[in-house]
Amino acid sequence: MRRHESESIYLLREAFHHFPKMAMLWSVGKDSTVLLWLARKAFLGRVPFPLIHIDTSYKIPEMLDWRDRIAREWKLDLIVARNEPVLAASQTFPTGSTTRVDCCTKLKTDALQQVVDAHHFEALIVGVRRDEDATRAKERYVSPRGVDMQWNVTEQPPEFWDQFRTHVPAGTHMRIHPLLHWTELDIWEYIRDEAIPVTPLYFDRGDGTRYRSLGCAPCTATITSTARTVDDIIDELRTTRVAERSLRAQDQESEDAFERLRRDGYM
Amino acid sequence: MRIAVIGHVDHGKSTLIGRLFHDLDKMPDGRMAQLKAVAARRGVAFEFANLTDGLQAERDQNITIDTTQVRLRHNGRELIFIDAPGHREFIRNMVTGASRADAALMVVDANDGVSEQTRRHALLLTLLGVTEVVVVINKFDACREAETRFAQVASELSVVLASIGIHPAAVLPAAAAPGWNVVQPAEQLAWFTGPTVIAALLDLTPRGSNVTDRVAFVVQDVYRRHAQRVLVGRLESGRIRNGDAVDVLPSGTRATVDIFGDDADGSIEAGDVAAITVREPLFVSRGDVLSSPAHPLAVVSILHARVFWLGRTPMRLNGRYDIRIGTQRTDAELTGILRVIDASALVERESRTEVPAHDVADVELKLTHPLVVDTTAEVLPLARFVVVDRAPSPDIVGGGVVLASTPAATRGPAPVRPTRVQAEERMQRAGHRGAVVWLTGLSGAGKSTLAESLERVLFDRGMQVVVLDGDHLRFGLNADLGFAPGDRRENIRRAAEVAKLFAATGAVVVTAFISPYRADRDRARAIVESRTGGASTSPPTPFIEVFVDAELATCEARDPKGLYRRARAGEIAEFTGVSAPYESPIHAELTIKTGECSVEAAVAVLLDTVLRAVKARESAH
Repeated sequence: MRRHESESIYLLREAFHHFPKMAMLWSVGKDSTVLLWLARKAFLGRVPFPLIHIDTSYKIPEMLDWRDRIAREWKLDLIVARNEPVLAASQTFPTGSTTRVDCCTKLKTDALQQVVDAHHFEALIVGVRRDEDATRAKERYVSPRGVDMQWNVTEQPPEFWDQFRTHVPAGTHMRIHPLLHWTELDIWEYIRDEAIPVTPLYFDRGDGTRYRSLGCAPCTATITSTARTVDDIIDELRTTRVAERSLRAQDQESEDAFERLRRDGYM
Repeated sequence: MRIAVIGHVDHGKSTLIGRLFHDLDKMPDGRMAQLKAVAARRGVAFEFANLTDGLQAERDQNITIDTTQVRLRHNGRELIFIDAPGHREFIRNMVTGASRADAALMVVDANDGVSEQTRRHALLLTLLGVTEVVVVINKFDACREAETRFAQVASELSVVLASIGIHPAAVLPAAAAPGWNVVQPAEQLAWFTGPTVIAALLDLTPRGSNVTDRVAFVVQDVYRRHAQRVLVGRLESGRIRNGDAVDVLPSGTRATVDIFGDDADGSIEAGDVAAITVREPLFVSRGDVLSSPAHPLAVVSILHARVFWLGRTPMRLNGRYDIRIGTQRTDAELTGILRVIDASALVERESRTEVPAHDVADVELKLTHPLVVDTTAEVLPLARFVVVDRAPSPDIVGGGVVLASTPAATRGPAPVRPTRVQAEERMQRAGHRGAVVWLTGLSGAGKSTLAESLERVLFDRGMQVVVLDGDHLRFGLNADLGFAPGDRRENIRRAAEVAKLFAATGAVVVTAFISPYRADRDRARAIVESRTGGASTSPPTPFIEVFVDAELATCEARDPKGLYRRARAGEIAEFTGVSAPYESPIHAELTIKTGECSVEAAVAVLLDTVLRAVKARESAH
């Protein structure tokens, strides 16, 4: 675990050196919260760049309360990004006017593009992991995105021996993935070892269910589980045979739904 | 343990991984049904390879394009499979994947036998430091006289692998598609009494990490915290405790360090990222390496290395590239290609003027700035580097390992003695700081005239000034040099070093060399701007490139020394402007068109520029 942490912190510092105009995506989920914890360590207690929270307006309400509390306590520079025109026009899946995948694109990807353009960020730190799904398993630690945030999956740059592409053409940006080598189990063991605060939604609070992966309320279901503590979750993960994102409905709309989302700039 | 699955295209790498997961019952619930349903919907046969071929384009074409990683937990062991593409065009992706491996699973089609990418991948493995290898000869479900064929291919392969120093831990037959000898022995292969694929993999011993006393702390950055300068970086090897004495390389300055942070227990070990403070008032920056005085690392200006080339255009002799090793980087020139290995055939090529894409070569690189490297191969992060081509758009185009023949003493950890006269003191006495005014242009453009006039004006203002003229240097210091490109380069290098020495005394140095090559002038700039001793707090010496611009016809009409006449008559070979090129500056600080202004006007402009450069720090006093 110390090695995992060390690799992530090394990358965070390298990225900050090469891409000073940088921000970190914080979904308030377990992965990006671990990432935030690592950033605090890497930069000696002070996160030197803003955090972006993409607010789709459909997030589970408790997530936002928790987000604001942590942001206060850790003195974070928080940018909340919402795709207001789309929300105002109700062009979303819950209002019945688009598919789940289109909704994700509009409320998350497009909202992200708006904030990247407005702030001219040249790099975004994102907490994705290889073991989450087959396309993320193909990711680079430093992964270029085009002018329209496009991910050119078949033309990724070489990356080895801790060296990566450092050139960012105007209007494009890099995605930095410091957690690529972590597994879901690693994340929880690290949360336990470091006593990192996480939102209570991950635990069973009496009804025999909990969230394993957090997204928007209409597209994320709970799993049957009686795990009430981090240790319970770790025990459960050691024996599970169910994929982590299996209850994220947007992934299941078609064979390559998630790949298409990610090629278009989704996290 | 991380296992790279390598081999020629279509020899069954991804299929073998899919089979392993399936036969060990390690697929997530519903995954198999999902993959089968997708295949049925698309009207194609189900492929085990689809487990790792996560991209639509890969499933459409039935090939692996990019590398991927999948984890498998079995009998308390964790195996991470790194699927690598077998296509020639995707070698960069294979390297990206295999560079993270501890061991390799090499897959060879029994029918095809040893193929192009089998050889190339094997050679790349040796460069990536992977020596633990299991060989699977695959597709015996589609092969007659299996036992004989197995012996043939195994024998052919062992000769190939032995020639590059790989000795496989196991060589075994299998058929990945029907699952023969993958997890269960197969009766169709009853003649084989060795292990299954999974058994051979579990038998591999994870390579122990190199334990060495050689300390190497690579500085990533310097952060300011509570008025302290905190060095952040990674300890690549060895151990550091509070109060340890270290050498700051490349300068060689001795320092005493402490571990920074509330939860620091006063000691860090190999692999740790850490924050460190230095007790002495030293200027340490990104790229510096802290090492132990007892086990010095090499500081080199010439690098002997074995490189693999991934660039779309070949690596060229005399080409300039960026070298990155850890957090250090420098510009370098490829000064020698000792041998080129055709990686598809593992034979040496005749031509040694370039390194084609996907080949391997032993080369010599001349570095503009010295690098701290490990020539003993004990500290891997300081023994391997990447090559970056700046054109057309900066990207990694190759990698290399430092060879033991690298002349470690080119510039040893310099014994930088604390000087008794500080640069600041020289500046105060002279009333200005040193600078180099580099005039470049055709013969007859007016360089010497301008240099001499500027010298007079500066001298009359009470300033220290000296002129370095091409003619003067060529009769003395550089008497051994001619006019071939290599000699011209050396001429300029020496001139730049001399100019730097003068400038360090506080003098304004005005040089008057044709210096026709852009790369040579860039290097002169790099030499002058580089700090001696590293641990200095003074800013770099200003380098002012001045393009003394005159039409060739004008210069030829002036012809003060009669040289153009002689060059035209063929008496002088390689004369700039006539029979040798002149590359105009792109980013000169100043351009003076001597055909369009008087000497006085030109000198006035020069004087203004020089005064601004050398008096920049006047307000500090």
